Amino acid sequence: MSSALPPSLAANPRLGDWLRVRPGGAAKDGSAQEGGAQEGGAQEGGAQEGGAQEGGAQEGGAEGGAAGGGFVEVWPGKVELGQGVLTALAQVAAEELDVGLGRVRMMPAVTGLSPDEGYTAGSMSVQYSGAALRLVCAEARGLYLAAAAARFGVTEDKLTVADGEFGAPDGRATSYWELADDDLLDRPATGSYPPKPVSAYRLVGTSVPRLDLPDKIAGRPRYAHDLSPDGLCYGRVVRPPARGATLTGLDTAAALALPGVLTVVRDGSFLGVVAEREEVVLLAADRLRAGAVWDRRPTLPDAADLPAFLVGAAAETTVLAETTVLAETTGSAEAGEPPAPGRVAASHEATYHRPYLAHASMGPSTATALARADASASASASGDGRASDTDGASASSGATGNRDQGGGQDGPRLRVWSHTQGVYQLRAELARALRLAPGDITVAHVAGAGCYGHNGADDAALDAALLALAVPGRPVQVVWSRADELGWAPFGAAAVVRLAADTDPAGDVLSWRHEIWGNGHSTRPGSNPAGPAALLAAEHRAGGADIEPAAEPPLARGGGAGRNAVPPYAFPAYQVVNHRLLEMPLRVSALRSLGAFLNVFAAESFLDELAAAAGRDPVEYRLSGLADPRARAVVEAAARRSSWADWTPAESAGHGIGFARYKNSAAYCAVVAEVTAVTEVRVRRLTIAVDAGLIVNPDGAANQVEGGAIQAVSWTLKEQVRFDRYGVTSDTWETYPILRFSEVPAVDVELLPGGGHPALGIGETAQGPVAAAIGNAVYDALGVRVRTLPLTEENVVAAMEA
Amino acid sequence: MDNERGGAPATVLVNGQCRAVNTEPDTALLYVLRNHLGLKGTRFGCGLGLCGACLVLVDGQPAYSCDLPLWAVRDKEVTTVEGLGTPRLPHPVTRALIAGQAAQCGYCLSGVIIAATALLKRNPDPSDTEVRAALDGNLCRCGSHNRIVRAVLAAAAELRGEA
Repeated sequence: MSSALPPSLAANPRLGDWLRVRPGGAAKDGSAQEGGAQEGGAQEGGAQEGGAQEGGAQEGGAEGGAAGGGFVEVWPGKVELGQGVLTALAQVAAEELDVGLGRVRMMPAVTGLSPDEGYTAGSMSVQYSGAALRLVCAEARGLYLAAAAARFGVTEDKLTVADGEFGAPDGRATSYWELADDDLLDRPATGSYPPKPVSAYRLVGTSVPRLDLPDKIAGRPRYAHDLSPDGLCYGRVVRPPARGATLTGLDTAAALALPGVLTVVRDGSFLGVVAEREEVVLLAADRLRAGAVWDRRPTLPDAADLPAFLVGAAAETTVLAETTVLAETTGSAEAGEPPAPGRVAASHEATYHRPYLAHASMGPSTATALARADASASASASGDGRASDTDGASASSGATGNRDQGGGQDGPRLRVWSHTQGVYQLRAELARALRLAPGDITVAHVAGAGCYGHNGADDAALDAALLALAVPGRPVQVVWSRADELGWAPFGAAAVVRLAADTDPAGDVLSWRHEIWGNGHSTRPGSNPAGPAALLAAEHRAGGADIEPAAEPPLARGGGAGRNAVPPYAFPAYQVVNHRLLEMPLRVSALRSLGAFLNVFAAESFLDELAAAAGRDPVEYRLSGLADPRARAVVEAAARRSSWADWTPAESAGHGIGFARYKNSAAYCAVVAEVTAVTEVRVRRLTIAVDAGLIVNPDGAANQVEGGAIQAVSWTLKEQVRFDRYGVTSDTWETYPILRFSEVPAVDVELLPGGGHPALGIGETAQGPVAAAIGNAVYDALGVRVRTLPLTEENVVAAMEA
Repeated sequence: MDNERGGAPATVLVNGQCRAVNTEPDTALLYVLRNHLGLKGTRFGCGLGLCGACLVLVDGQPAYSCDLPLWAVRDKEVTTVEGLGTPRLPHPVTRALIAGQAAQCGYCLSGVIIAATALLKRNPDPSDTEVRAALDGNLCRCGSHNRIVRAVLAAAAELRGEA
């Protein structure tokens, strides 16, 4: 049966790994929630005090939950990134179990305890984790129902289930909590208990408020930055002044002279310091920086001509996709062959470019790590300092005096609290970097600020681990500076896309070619198990090696650089070619939507160019090429809702449309943008229509779509990583500006009815269509096609003058 | 805090209480609040006063605590997000943000609450444009801006007794 199970459930089939029924303590108050978390696993640590740690990871039940009875712990492998996924998954669990949402505790992902569901990424959590939990909870409900029926000597169909209580016809009642028995769920999922039909849903499909937001909004400690275990000390890393710089000399005296500096750690060109107080460690890091001598050399390409570098660099060329079958929709000649010369009325070509983009989280990357008191430093950098001459020893015991002696002789050698997107993947990479066994390390998830992909979270975990191994028994918290967050975290990859098409006399596409130059998009931990550890500090340590350029995942898994490069239109012939760069001057990794952002911007801009050349309306032109009714429906909805047909042309104003189905397999999204532009572009309004099939939480989904859209406006209008031959120069909010409140457009999101279709990932669906809609609106306003992102005054003027 | 190492005794008036801390006079107020006093609601974002995550009220005016030395708030009244409302009765701005689900990651919001509170004190009936102008020093990366603006306008209406 397990072949029918969703992938993450097939890989982690034991029901009890996903779900635990807990009697008692269900009263909805803070203490009950904390209790649930403490016996969980984030707490594994010794790094506990107050609510931050458990609070940070665990999402308690909804308002006004159960009084008395019990609760269920749900252990998804997915993590909360600010996208609201734990609330949506809680709805799925409560729905299938027939318990109130107040009885569901969403537990943090912790290695060794949670199922390994891979990364929380790629708009897949509700689609896949939701599918797994649905089956787990349906089966758990069935098993408990059978136990209740056996107790009462009745058949299961005679029992009612409401808020976890099983009622018999004669008035007798029992409940999950009364029957709670871990043995019941100590078995593999069979997938043979059918989940509820959509028509029976009462919680799924409703806009339940986010479980985690009240604390986060009110300023209560919920973030990884807020962890404050007993004995906490503070670490900072001094990064090289340039890419590829090596540390050739170091004077530590001034840093070590500060009160409460515990140690300086140097390992090759990795340099860090640990102190009792954060204000001291900041000063110590400054002094260390001043005392460091580096050998710098230029390693980066000419930023002024980045497209030329991308197109000219050594690359591996692959045909990602091409037509190989008869294009039935048009009845044309065999696809893949060039169209008959007689039919080609015009040939078109255009080239588009995006710069490197920063994830630019509001909260810089952080991690807290604790090495067991007896852990030798052999795995780590060597400490070059001295213990605090005050009372470091007693502080150490303070760290371990908390709950489970985390710093003592028991438990793993290293514990790490991180806002990583994948606790198991990070653990494996830390183990490789530190030459430890994975079982020697525990990684627990604690919420960070929104990350939008692979930012510095994992890197910070190795930073903290290296410093913690130099002060065993003391938890060490590392927080990156803003400059390091904007300058050293992985970037979204720069790329060039060249499009070419032949059209017939009516302007319809006969053949289409989409060619991409750029780096692969994911250098996440685990993406290259044969290569060097993909963590920043591992590059800088003695004997370290550069993180290798990413491979290109297959399109069937969504692709990377090639994501959304396959046209969704019924073109008779097309070819998609990727030139994957074999060098990586700036480290890049997954940024929300990967290659789709540029591919959709380019393809949907180019499509508009073809429509304009044919004198056809952009909406009509798209609809004429879209066969999928769901695709047509979002384009029509966005046009209707934005009153596309009633647009009144005005000086310096324009509107434009963009469409994509994210990954060609997730949610459908069409966007109409309205802009004003002279040389500076302002986006006034976005009208967005999305079909994501079954939507678990409509308000949460709309929030994700709108948020993604506004972020895409920021990328499209303003964002560009700047660098010279040595390093990144856009390392403040002044040099890397993002969209501000006064610049944010009105956003109108329409979620189309799911029509009984399964859930489709929604979190990244708007990124590409928004960029395309803006570019097309700018053309409508100015009559100028700006093909280089961002659409700054500089690039608009350059396009005008071209 | 039990991990004081060095530093010098000082006092700071936070959320109506006079608190003793042991740190240098030039320590940024942010670290005093977060580490010495355990008030984690004020957040580090950039350290340069450019993002608004660390905003607090100093004598009622918004101030960036990340680059404000402790000595500069001597004899002044500091209010953090924890000092606005209580868990049982959150501040109207906080309440409106929660009611409007005006967040994704939430990291920027305590600074937003401080800026919005200061705005509503000097302008109880702001326009949409005025709210945006008042929040222009607060960066949000998740794209929650429009929900935040609507929530601040809702809080303003409530504070005026219109809701």
